[in-house]
Amino acid sequence: MSDAIEARGLVKRFGRTTALARIDLTVRAGEVHGFLGPNGAGKTTTVRILLGLLRADAGSVSLLGGDPWRDVTELHRRLAYVPGDVNLWPGLSGGETIDLLGRLRGGLDRRRRAELLERFELDPRKKGRTYSKGNRQKVALVAALASNVDLLLLDEPTSGLDPLMAEVFQQCIVEARRAGRTVLLASHILAEVEKLADRLSIIREGKIVETGTLSDLRLLSRTRIVADLGQPPNGLARLPGVHDVEVEGSRVTCHVETDRLGPVLRHLADHGVRTLVSQPPSLEELFLRHYRTAPPAAAVGGLR
Amino acid sequence: MTALAGTGRLAALALRRDRITLLAWGLLAAGVVASTASSIRGLYTTLAERQQYAATVAADPASAVLGGPGFGLPNLGGIVVAEMGSTLLALVALAGVLLVVRHTRTEEETGRAELVGSAAVGRQARLAAALLVVGGVELAIGLATAGLLVAFRLPVAGSVAFGLAVAGTGWVFAGMAAVAAQVVEHSRTAGGSAAALFGLAFILRAVGDSSAAAHAGGPLPNLSWLSPVGWALQVRPYGGERWWVLGLLLTAAAALAAGAIVLGTRRDVGAGLIAARAGRLEARPGLSSAWALAWRLQRGGLIGWTLGVAVGAGVFGAIAHDIRDMVGANPQAARVFAELGGSGTLVDSYLAWVLGLTGIAAAAFGTGAVLRLRSEETGVRAEPVLATGVTRWTWAASHLALAGLGIVALLLTSGLVAGLVHGLREGDMGHELARIVAGALVQVPPALVLAGLAMAVFGIVPRLSGAAWLAVLAALLIGQLGGLLRLDRRLLDLSPFTHVPRVLGHAVTAAPLIWLLVVAALLAAAGLTRFRRRDLT
Repeated sequence: MSDAIEARGLVKRFGRTTALARIDLTVRAGEVHGFLGPNGAGKTTTVRILLGLLRADAGSVSLLGGDPWRDVTELHRRLAYVPGDVNLWPGLSGGETIDLLGRLRGGLDRRRRAELLERFELDPRKKGRTYSKGNRQKVALVAALASNVDLLLLDEPTSGLDPLMAEVFQQCIVEARRAGRTVLLASHILAEVEKLADRLSIIREGKIVETGTLSDLRLLSRTRIVADLGQPPNGLARLPGVHDVEVEGSRVTCHVETDRLGPVLRHLADHGVRTLVSQPPSLEELFLRHYRTAPPAAAVGGLR
Repeated sequence: MTALAGTGRLAALALRRDRITLLAWGLLAAGVVASTASSIRGLYTTLAERQQYAATVAADPASAVLGGPGFGLPNLGGIVVAEMGSTLLALVALAGVLLVVRHTRTEEETGRAELVGSAAVGRQARLAAALLVVGGVELAIGLATAGLLVAFRLPVAGSVAFGLAVAGTGWVFAGMAAVAAQVVEHSRTAGGSAAALFGLAFILRAVGDSSAAAHAGGPLPNLSWLSPVGWALQVRPYGGERWWVLGLLLTAAAALAAGAIVLGTRRDVGAGLIAARAGRLEARPGLSSAWALAWRLQRGGLIGWTLGVAVGAGVFGAIAHDIRDMVGANPQAARVFAELGGSGTLVDSYLAWVLGLTGIAAAAFGTGAVLRLRSEETGVRAEPVLATGVTRWTWAASHLALAGLGIVALLLTSGLVAGLVHGLREGDMGHELARIVAGALVQVPPALVLAGLAMAVFGIVPRLSGAAWLAVLAALLIGQLGGLLRLDRRLLDLSPFTHVPRVLGHAVTAAPLIWLLVVAALLAAAGLTRFRRRDLT
């Protein structure tokens, strides 16, 4: 299968600030791709370039095989977009807004619309001005998810949703992937991305700092090992890939680069290991590794 | 008095939040009073001139529509009240409505009321604070009016009576807005219904006063007495003041305020006594294109503007017939109209001036309609639409086209209404209607130029979109004051309206109209072209 999104070397400047500094982003057709980063990292700017709302200063983008700046109509009929901050027309009811956006995209699945309204517990008869933030978000989500499109571009789609509704949203994304849709899920909610994404890209200050599957990324990171030993672990700190060794009596704590685990475990076994706890890095740790200004290992250690 | 706990603090907060707005309302009112009083003083210097004015008004029921019953004529104070009474009363009523709704229903709608309500604040404190502040502001405007009128050497008793009538009218409509804010859920509905009540009161008074002028001492009861706006003028400032009528205003205001407070105890915060009407479950089949959306978003404004322009054209058109008598013997007033509306007969100058004003109104509508694009863009409502199959060109062009069509509709309406009314009164419909409609339609190209300018600004320098309003304001000022102030020709030529040929009493020349259309088209095209290439912000 070809790639749904293929961005190479995207640069976007707003006056003197550089929002995107050579971003590469590849989203394969049919995958749920997590696009992680805190506010201001450049997620929304990237999505808006993909939509042809902004023009990149440099770099190339291919979206569903087309140029998002040039082939606006054809591409937009094949995608649905949920902005991070949904504003509705005050005088239009939620139902009208859903229908309007669906029709402007080229059609809406009526059955799916009704089903989604029920699942999201959304009253479509209220006027736009009276919806709360979470309900405005639901209106945009129903409009997007009820459309028959190939690609979903979702920018912080669960902001304002309560945990139950966020759960409903996650089910919908799972169903969308099963139906063969591609999803770009821009988010700063790690648990959501961890649960849904096949692959993910982490963006920081306008640059992609990591990209791959979660297990790929874990491989690049360090596993935390806590062991209770029969004898002092002499020489442990000298093994390649071992960091931050702390010894307290018989207890030893260290961080090990994930592809160097084998020799370390053998070393521990040789020193009479009695208990052993090994924690693979969570996405949160992966994420924080890129966002803490302190050295990565200390940051991870400091979490506990 | 726990229900009112915290009223003082909330009133102080309201004063702090609105210090600029409140000052602006006060200055606007003072400006109306001072400018009218000074110009009337200058225009009607002799008793003969004032008697001529009084005689014309007495003979003309139509002039009572705006001028009121004309008590106090032919005194100078009476003329001042007749000339500015309607404007000033509308101004204080509108100020009362907007300010009360802003501090009651809008607060609930935004959720700020809950934040305040959770503090040690009484149930009625918010409403009481709003009424206190607005009532105080209205009183200040009334006293300032009285003070200014006295400063222009008008009699003290009449000035004080009129000032209090102004304040009292403001109180009554503030009270109506307070009641409306309890009854309905949305601030816009509350403000709209209170403003509609003012419109009704104004019409009752206008009909009452003009029928009273037509059948003096006739059998018809005077409808004016059903209207708070009528009461304000029935106080008879400068014409043997009837102080007791002020009691009517005061009683009504107090009753409305008390009613609002009682109603306020019978509902939840955020809810209205009448629940908001539910919207449609599904969109109508027609709501399926950018054009349909633009129409849906613009139609309310267009209907409102059309009604406003129609009423204005009707009222001013009805007076045209009498303008000869009203200012005929006053060469200075005649000269003023010639400056405003161009040379020709007095009636033609006057009509040209009225149609010129509707042209500015149409330009204001067009500018607002185009700038809707900007508010959609900054309100992040453009983004979801432009992320669908709608192109930028279609999206922008749909609003631009509605601006253009709206301008034509507004001016056609104003020409038809003014033409019909004036034609009826002249008894020469065939002749008057056609030429007045033509006189209105020549305003289309310059109004389109200003709408095109708004499009150009939106496309090229979106951040400065608001500046398009400055062009409308400049066109208004150049048209109204340019001739009188003898401004430089080059400055006058900056306004597209300066180039409109005078249809009334002159031959039409097509060339300037075509040039204006070309300029409008170029501006719009430049804006559209640039918008298609720029970033959305």
